Amino acid sequence: MAMDLITTNTSSGAATSDFTTGIDSTYKLYIFKFYDVNPATDGTSFGFQANAVGASGYNETMTTTYFQSYHSEDDTQSAGAISYDTGQDQAQGTSFQKLSSASLGNGGDESCAGELFLFNPSNTTYVKHFYSVSNSSKSDDETMQIFTSGYFNITAAIDDVQFKMASGNMDAVIKMYGVG
Amino acid sequence: MGIPTLISTSTASNSSSIDITSGIDSTYDEYMFVFTDVNPATDSAEFQFQVNASGQTGFNETITSTYFNAKHNEADTEAGLNYHTGGDQAQGTSYQSIMGTMGNGADECGAGELTIYSPASTTYVKHFYTRSSFYRSSDYSMDVYTAGYINTTTAIDEISFKMSSGNFDGVIQMYGIS
Repeated sequence: MAMDLITTNTSSGAATSDFTTGIDSTYKLYIFKFYDVNPATDGTSFGFQANAVGASGYNETMTTTYFQSYHSEDDTQSAGAISYDTGQDQAQGTSFQKLSSASLGNGGDESCAGELFLFNPSNTTYVKHFYSVSNSSKSDDETMQIFTSGYFNITAAIDDVQFKMASGNMDAVIKMYGVG
Repeated sequence: MGIPTLISTSTASNSSSIDITSGIDSTYDEYMFVFTDVNPATDSAEFQFQVNASGQTGFNETITSTYFNAKHNEADTEAGLNYHTGGDQAQGTSYQSIMGTMGNGADECGAGELTIYSPASTTYVKHFYTRSSFYRSSDYSMDVYTAGYINTTTAIDEISFKMSSGNFDGVIQMYGIS
């Protein structure tokens, strides 16, 4: 199995990080790794969406899951727990899917890091599955590990992916790999 | 370009720790440690890790972390998903548990991976996560997820793996992902 680095996007005070080339039938699996993701706005979230071939607007239909494990630095407010968060999933929604905590910190040392797996985006028969795992330093000084997964409920191929904050700009390094 | 790149392989044979003190730098944005055949000398010991910031010693950096697991016993009388408060840390400086209450039987062991993101960053905290599967001393299959951050903006350049008690056998391979 080969894993090839296709593109590296380095964002500094940017509104979005877009991958508009390189997603095609070359690979069955695309992995996006995101590092040093720091929002300009406190308490916002990092997410992604996609475009089907020929479409624009990053608003494809998704059905998703979102659960989290969290623990606060002071060991009091959130003494450690795991839960499903119905506020962050989608049921045939067209919003950006959150990949981080819903409340990322924007402090100088606060960030998010993780990875997103997108399976066979060029397929024109089936829906497109994905899953992600990440860790966030939250605005209220908690660590939060996030697990998301789901599918784009379309049979058209996907060839664009965009990452952005729910509010404001961001710094981030995002690498796209092809596997297969 | 094929990745990950194998940087080093460390083998423990009745060892008190595996300390990796070179090869962690700004060359890679991500380091993955794959641990296999981890077998403790002491029954019910925990497999753990800690790090040193650059220039530091003692393997005692500040960590805030989470720990949850799925479990199922061989007798098929218990199964479930649990958050384990005994495995997490809140600004602690202890070794972070990766696999708890491991069996030390001759055929019992654990395996998994630890990923650390951007250890050379001097701006942000250092996020990590692990996933592992191990044979619990009371004859359970355990699937463990830990995650968190090392709450320092100093670069990290050393890592240590050990048991909470006693020695261990095991192999740890360190990969860089660029």
